Formats: sequence, structure tokens, C-alpha cells
Amino acid sequence: MSQVPVIDAENLQKVYGAGGTPVVALDHVTLQVHQGEFVAVVGASGSGKSTFMNLIGLLDRPTGGALRLDGVDVAKLTPNQRAAVRNRKVGFVFQGFNLLRRTSALENVELPLLYAGVSAHERAEAAKRALTQVGLGERMGHMPNELSGGQQQRVAIARALVNQPALLLADEPTGNLDSTTTREILKLFVDLNVNHGITVVIVTHENDVAAVSRRVVQFKDGRVVMDGPPPAEWTPAVPAPWHAASTTPASEVA
Amino acid sequence: MNLFTLLRLALRVISRNKARAMLTVLGIVIGVAAVIAMVALGAGAQQNIAKQIASLGSNLIIIIPGTTNIAGVRGGGGSSTTVDVDDIDALRREVKSITHLAPANRQQVQIVAGDANWGTTVQGTTPAFYVVRDWRTDVGTEHSELDEAAHNKVCVLGKTVAAQLFGTDDPIDQWVRIKKVPFRVIGVLSSKGQSPMGQDQDDTVVIPFSVFRQRLAGTQRDQIQVAYAAALDADSSQAAVDEMTAVLRQRHHLRESADDDFSIRNLADMAAASREVADSMTLLLGSIAGVSLLVGGIGIMNTMLVSVTERTREIGIRLAVGAKSRDILVQFLVEAVVLSAFGGAIGVFVGWLVARLLNDATGWVTIFDPSVAALAFLVSGAVGVFFGFWPARRAAQLDPIDALRYE
Repeated sequence: MSQVPVIDAENLQKVYGAGGTPVVALDHVTLQVHQGEFVAVVGASGSGKSTFMNLIGLLDRPTGGALRLDGVDVAKLTPNQRAAVRNRKVGFVFQGFNLLRRTSALENVELPLLYAGVSAHERAEAAKRALTQVGLGERMGHMPNELSGGQQQRVAIARALVNQPALLLADEPTGNLDSTTTREILKLFVDLNVNHGITVVIVTHENDVAAVSRRVVQFKDGRVVMDGPPPAEWTPAVPAPWHAASTTPASEVA
Repeated sequence: MNLFTLLRLALRVISRNKARAMLTVLGIVIGVAAVIAMVALGAGAQQNIAKQIASLGSNLIIIIPGTTNIAGVRGGGGSSTTVDVDDIDALRREVKSITHLAPANRQQVQIVAGDANWGTTVQGTTPAFYVVRDWRTDVGTEHSELDEAAHNKVCVLGKTVAAQLFGTDDPIDQWVRIKKVPFRVIGVLSSKGQSPMGQDQDDTVVIPFSVFRQRLAGTQRDQIQVAYAAALDADSSQAAVDEMTAVLRQRHHLRESADDDFSIRNLADMAAASREVADSMTLLLGSIAGVSLLVGGIGIMNTMLVSVTERTREIGIRLAVGAKSRDILVQFLVEAVVLSAFGGAIGVFVGWLVARLLNDATGWVTIFDPSVAALAFLVSGAVGVFFGFWPARRAAQLDPIDALRYE
């Protein structure tokens, strides 16, 4: 782990409400995530975990501290460069899927390529590949409202993957899904991490989801209060290769 | 994103809410249609005026005795006595910037041919008349200087008179009687249609000036009711008016301070005046149309603002997957332009239709000008850019996280 970290947050700070009483959402968070890690960010609602994700996804701007993605200080980026990072380096998956309504699955997945300036033909090819990868090869022409929640989330994951980003950020990706679908989505994340080398950071408040990861970062009141392997008493929702290597495999505890 | 993708996206979004799109562009439709119809109407009126003025003869100058009142002269008959045949001879001699000069005296007469008769105006004039008025014969010949010199009793009929007296028969070499004097018909004039004052110019009979003086003028044989002159060309017509004015003033011994006792009208000026009236009407109607385009533009701005608000989440999603703010700006701008250009296209069609219907229903001449239609269409597109810019900029300036959180 001597390379440049994918995510390098240093004293990252986010304070809301410049006018009245300021609310500190993120309080001097220092955290590094390296290439190929599978990290779960946990914490109660309001702990700052989503704020942290929005900052590293460049959807929001910090009010203090420094953030480097692949060694690049994002504070120095122009708005267009920030858009390019969102487009190419980071794939974001939301709890509410955030698909465009009345737009087919294929076109939703094509969207990042559209802004990357890829030709129509290549867009369609890449989007089909991504949809096939998430197991939705058969339903490309469907509109989001014709798909189940799990299928919609797969479309969203395909969209996040289509530009082949190094980093996949997922903010409560299984929050709206039942347990069966949750397991399918998590298997997909594990596969992307293990077989495609994509760094995965996933926000969740469910222990069994967090337990799938290799590393759990717990937020409380805007600070990191714990950073390490998942506690042994948490049961992973799906198995991952690293569970077997662990001294106390989660499956044995269950 | 290329233009094709943008247009496809805009069309899809617009077609999702057709009723709203139609209502939004209604203002533009009305504005553009009004512009097209008004300009078509204005162009038609102008063409009418130009045609009527051209029917009087090119580079025509009219000399009328008496004061400046044209109507008074026309009705007066013998009341105006200030220009006589010697004046005409002097003008012919001394004014170099005219090519022809034709005195024309007229009288209301009853003309008889066999058992048909017709009340009309007989004009006694010289052969120069045909040139100056640019009014030639369709059938037969004009009367000549020989006819003038020999006092030949020949006449040239206007189209209306020929039709009234002879119907479809050939009137050439037939005899007609004017004030009991027999005249041989030697020609029929081509049709001139209505004068700018709305009279039927074809309801007339032309006889030699010398014969008119001898047989019809009575005691007023030296007086001139009206004279027509042709300037060398359009540019010299004002010079001709000035020269003729100078000659006549000198001959009439008018003092420096005295008003002219005659009036000389330059047709080019009359044409310019009429054109000015038509132009200012077009301008007035055009500005009303412009106001409705403005109102239409505000309608588009309003709809686009609503659309941006409604689609805040969509904007957030687009920003989150890597759209630059310029991409969002262009997307909404293209949408506004497509909307307004769509309205413009419908407006062009409606305007064309209104112009045609007006033509059919009222007989007003309307001229549909494709270049005006193209201009109106382009302006409607420009209205889209202008009024779409602010909503598009609002969309483009949204923060990704705020837009995503928008409920």
C-alpha cells in the first residue's frame, strides 16, 4: 500500500449554515482509502457518513481541510474538471437509484458516456456491456418504472460502471431493497471488487451489509470513531473471498 | 453532446407535454403569424399603389392651372383660366428636361354610334399624350400630327367606351357622333384600369386637340385644363418641375412673393408619398406584431423556468454523472429554441393562411414573401435564445448536491 491512495482526506470539514447556528456535519476527518479496498462506512443518521460520501464524490464542497483523489487536490480543480472527475474517475450509486424517468435503462446507462463525448455507436456498445455485466442484458429497453427496485439499482450500478471508474461510491445502495435483492446487489459489488479491481466504498447502516466489507469506518457526530475490520459478531449478508482468510470467519460465528 | 442528440432530447421532452408546449408557443405563433400576414398585406398594398401610379405613365408630370386644388380644377370646367395654349408652346420651347408635352382638355359628352349611346369624357389632346401617359392602342392606330394639322375628325376609344358602343364588334373605321359631329374610329386604347383615385381610366374618348378646340371648346378654346409632360428620366423630373415653374411664373408676371397660379405635380413625389404611408402602416403593424413576439417570448421563459424547477432532480442526476454546467445550459437553451422555432414555423404557416384567406375573402392583394417568412422564423428562434437563456442559466448554476436533494 505504498502507492498514492485513491482517497486521501486530511482534516476534512463540512459546516452547514453560515448564517445562524452552524451545524458541523464533518469534523476534521482524516482517512485514506487505497486501490482495491472494499470499505463500509457506517454510523447513525446524521453522523456525517453521507456528507463524507458526497464530498469524495465531488457532489459537494468541503468547508475546510484537504481532499486528494488519486493524488490530485480537488480544491484546485475548475468546475469543468470536477465534472470530468465525476464523469470518469468516480461511479456513484444512490439509495434512491436516481435514474432518469421515462428514459430506457440503456439510455440511462449511456448518460455518462454522452457527457464524455463518446460516439452514439460506442455509447450503445459500452452501455450494453455494462448492463450485461450487472445481469440486465435482457431488459435494456425497459423504462425505470417497468423495473423492480433491484433491477433499477442494477441499472444505476451499470451507469456508475460504464465509464470504467477506479472508484465506486455507493450511498446506502440496498436501503430500499429487500434482503434477497440486497444480497444480489452485494454479490455484484464483491465481484466488481475482486474480479475487476474496483475500489468500493459503501455507506450503510445495516451490520450484515457492512460485514461484507474488509474494512469498516464508523462515523459519529462527524468524526471517525472506529476504523478496522468488521466486528466478528456481525454476520456478512453474502460471503466474500477475504472472509475465509480472516482468523475468525464471520460465517462460523453465525 | 452533439446537436442531433440535443435536438432529439429536446423534442422528446417537449412531446411529453404537448398541451403545455402548444400553449407556450401560442404567443410566438400569434406574433409570427401577425408579422407574416401584416407584411403580406403591406406588400400587396404597396404593389397596388405602384401599379396604379405606373399606369399614369413613367416620369409623368402634371400641370394644372388655377391654385393647388386638383379637385377644384377637375370639377370646375371653365373656372381656371391661368394656363393657355401659348404657355404650352413656351414650355415646349424652353424646358429642356422634358421630352414630350401634351395639353389635354376634357368634356363630358354623350357619344352615339348607330342606336347605341354612352356618356363619357372626351379628351382633346396631341399625339404626345400616348407617349407621356404610356398609353398605346391595342387595335388600330393613334392619331398623328397630320390629323392635328388637318383637323381630321378621328377618335381613339377607351376600352370601356368601345365595349359599350360596339360590344364585341370591330369598331375600327366605324363612325361615332360627338356633339353631332361625326368622328371616324381609328383605334382602341389598351386597358389602364383604375386610376389612383379610383376612376375608370378606360371610360374615355381621345380626339385631336385641334378638333377639340374647334368643335367642342366653345369660347374657352385657348385655355388648358391639364397638361401632361414626360421628364427625360426619373432623376430629372424635379428639375423639369422647377424649370416649368420658372417659365410659367415669368410668363404670368408673378412677383417674387406671389403664390403660383398653377400647380405642377411630379408623379415620383406622389409615389414616394404613397409609399411612405404604406411603409409607416407596415411599421406600425409590424411593431404590434413585435410586441406579441415579446409576450410570446415571456411565455417561453415562464414555461422554461417551471420546467427547470420541475426537473431539478434530473439536472442533479446529470451533474452527478459528469455533465458540465455548460452541457445543462445548452440542453435547456436548445429546448427553448426548439419550442420557439416550432412556434415560429406554425406562425409562418398560419400567417400565410391568413394572408390567403384575407385575399380570398376581401380581395385585398397580399404578397407572401418567403424571405420575410425566413426572417420571422429566425427571429422566433432568436426569441428562444434570448428568453431561454435566463432559465437555462439557472439550471446550469445548480449545485449537484442541492439539485439531487430537491424534492
